Amino acid sequence: MNFSSFLLMRQEIALLAIILILVIAEIFIPKNRKASIVHLTVFLFGIHTIIGFFQIDESYLFGGMFRTNHLIHFFKNVLNIGVLILLLQSADWIQEKIMNQNKGSEFFILLFSSLLGMYFMISAGDFLMFYLGLELSTLPVAALAAFETMKRISSESGIKLILSSALASGVSLFGISMLYATTGSIYFSEIVQTLSSTNLTLLGMVLLFAGISFKISLVPFHFWTADVYEGAPISVASYLSVISKGSAVFILMILLFTVLQPLVHIWENMIYIIAIATMFIGNLFALRQQNMKRFLAFSSIAQAGFILLGLIEGSQLGTATVVYFVLIYIFSNLAAFGVVQAISLQTGKEQIKDYEGLYRTNPNLSLVLMLALFSLAGIPPVAGFFGKFFLFTAAASKGLYLLVFLAVVNVTISLYYYLLVVRAMFLRKGDNPIPFFRNKFYMRIGLAITVLGILLLGIYSPLYDYIYELSSAFN
Amino acid sequence: MIHGISIYEILTVTSILFFIGVYGFITRTNLISILISVELILNASVVNFVIINKYLFPEVLQGVYFSIFIIAVAAAETALAVSIIINLYRQISSVEVKDIETMKY
Repeated sequence: MNFSSFLLMRQEIALLAIILILVIAEIFIPKNRKASIVHLTVFLFGIHTIIGFFQIDESYLFGGMFRTNHLIHFFKNVLNIGVLILLLQSADWIQEKIMNQNKGSEFFILLFSSLLGMYFMISAGDFLMFYLGLELSTLPVAALAAFETMKRISSESGIKLILSSALASGVSLFGISMLYATTGSIYFSEIVQTLSSTNLTLLGMVLLFAGISFKISLVPFHFWTADVYEGAPISVASYLSVISKGSAVFILMILLFTVLQPLVHIWENMIYIIAIATMFIGNLFALRQQNMKRFLAFSSIAQAGFILLGLIEGSQLGTATVVYFVLIYIFSNLAAFGVVQAISLQTGKEQIKDYEGLYRTNPNLSLVLMLALFSLAGIPPVAGFFGKFFLFTAAASKGLYLLVFLAVVNVTISLYYYLLVVRAMFLRKGDNPIPFFRNKFYMRIGLAITVLGILLLGIYSPLYDYIYELSSAFN
Repeated sequence: MIHGISIYEILTVTSILFFIGVYGFITRTNLISILISVELILNASVVNFVIINKYLFPEVLQGVYFSIFIIAVAAAETALAVSIIINLYRQISSVEVKDIETMKY
């Protein structure tokens, strides 16, 4: 047995080591110095993120259950960066609100367990590993959503998340059993050789797709999204909308492009309809929201609809655009949630009308939020424009001009409600504006990284070429 | 392989079980009943995996060990859901769906 082959799972092993270190730290750090756990976590995870940038060989482990290649490795790094920003943004909240209930390290342990599940999910080589990763990534998040045990809405969002995700995983399991019945294997590489478009396979594919769509919150399965985002702590909501959604998009892309490739003529039509429905419903419901978290929830549903435009292309270009868009989306959405979190932590206000006159009192924060919303809407100088532009290019290269037209209509609708928030911040004079406050060190670093990402990612074009080169792995 | 029973009959039973679960998930108004419905769905797929393995592909035991993992994960899922329900019950003294709709639309 050659133990050096385990180094292919270096990221997973390192993350597991961090979780274990935190468990030990929770035992041995005395009670009056518990606040240092936050610094320890940020330090350890920062090192883990930096180490992650070293290359890993492409190979298989455990008889094909676990595989890794350069694109998967790159995407794990993207997730790492997202979680690092999230940690920086939520450090103050944990120190002020959670540490005095003495459950700070549980938060980090659950968060990292969920991230570990995502690692295993995106590098799965068979359906067993995929299922275990999916569950490991979902269950800790449900516990995190119900984390503020004293608040009623937190428990409410937790129960909504756990019940919907349990239904989703049950449905996708039933679909996997159908695929197993027709192909006789649960390994991706063996399934793709024997898959043919019989009725049973189609039913299996639809059920599997429905299960993953719950995690991405595509339209017929999006009902949990707004409720969970509103009730859960803000850092958990931003984790759900960014990291969880990103990894689910990635695994859906792998499944569609490799395992279900023989059924491409069927899932194309499926995605076509779902993309239109998701964009319209997400955007139209976002118009009438008053709460900032619900507003961002519906905006993230609409963004998921845009991502489907890249998926429908079904080859190297589609992979590259989806990964590139997810990378940009992580930065933009984390910036928006970061500002909401900073304001909610200082004042407890979460309604859009509370943001009136924010520019007069907190110009920096409102500039960050403006950049984030412009990037989500896709206004040219910032990165979100390039992400959306490439997605539309991918869809147009297949000749789906009607779909692209409808997507552009949706961009216009979304521009309206994003600008409503910007108008509230810059043009309105609120009766009771949010007073001036200074953010703490970690929050400022977290917001600064996201702003840099939003400004630079779109302009720095070698990044897209690099992703495009890596994307040949799945075709 | 069970003598005298074909795979079609068993798969019919598991499909019915699955749809009873989905129906129950949508119509029940009690959180515990919803949880039981989810268990029905998961158990339908467990039986599916075992039966398909046994009848169609008896050489390799992929379906059987998949089902063991499903049972274990389903237990964890139920434990977490019940603990959240208990926490909710402490606050509002109810496990009815109509009492947990403070956030809507």
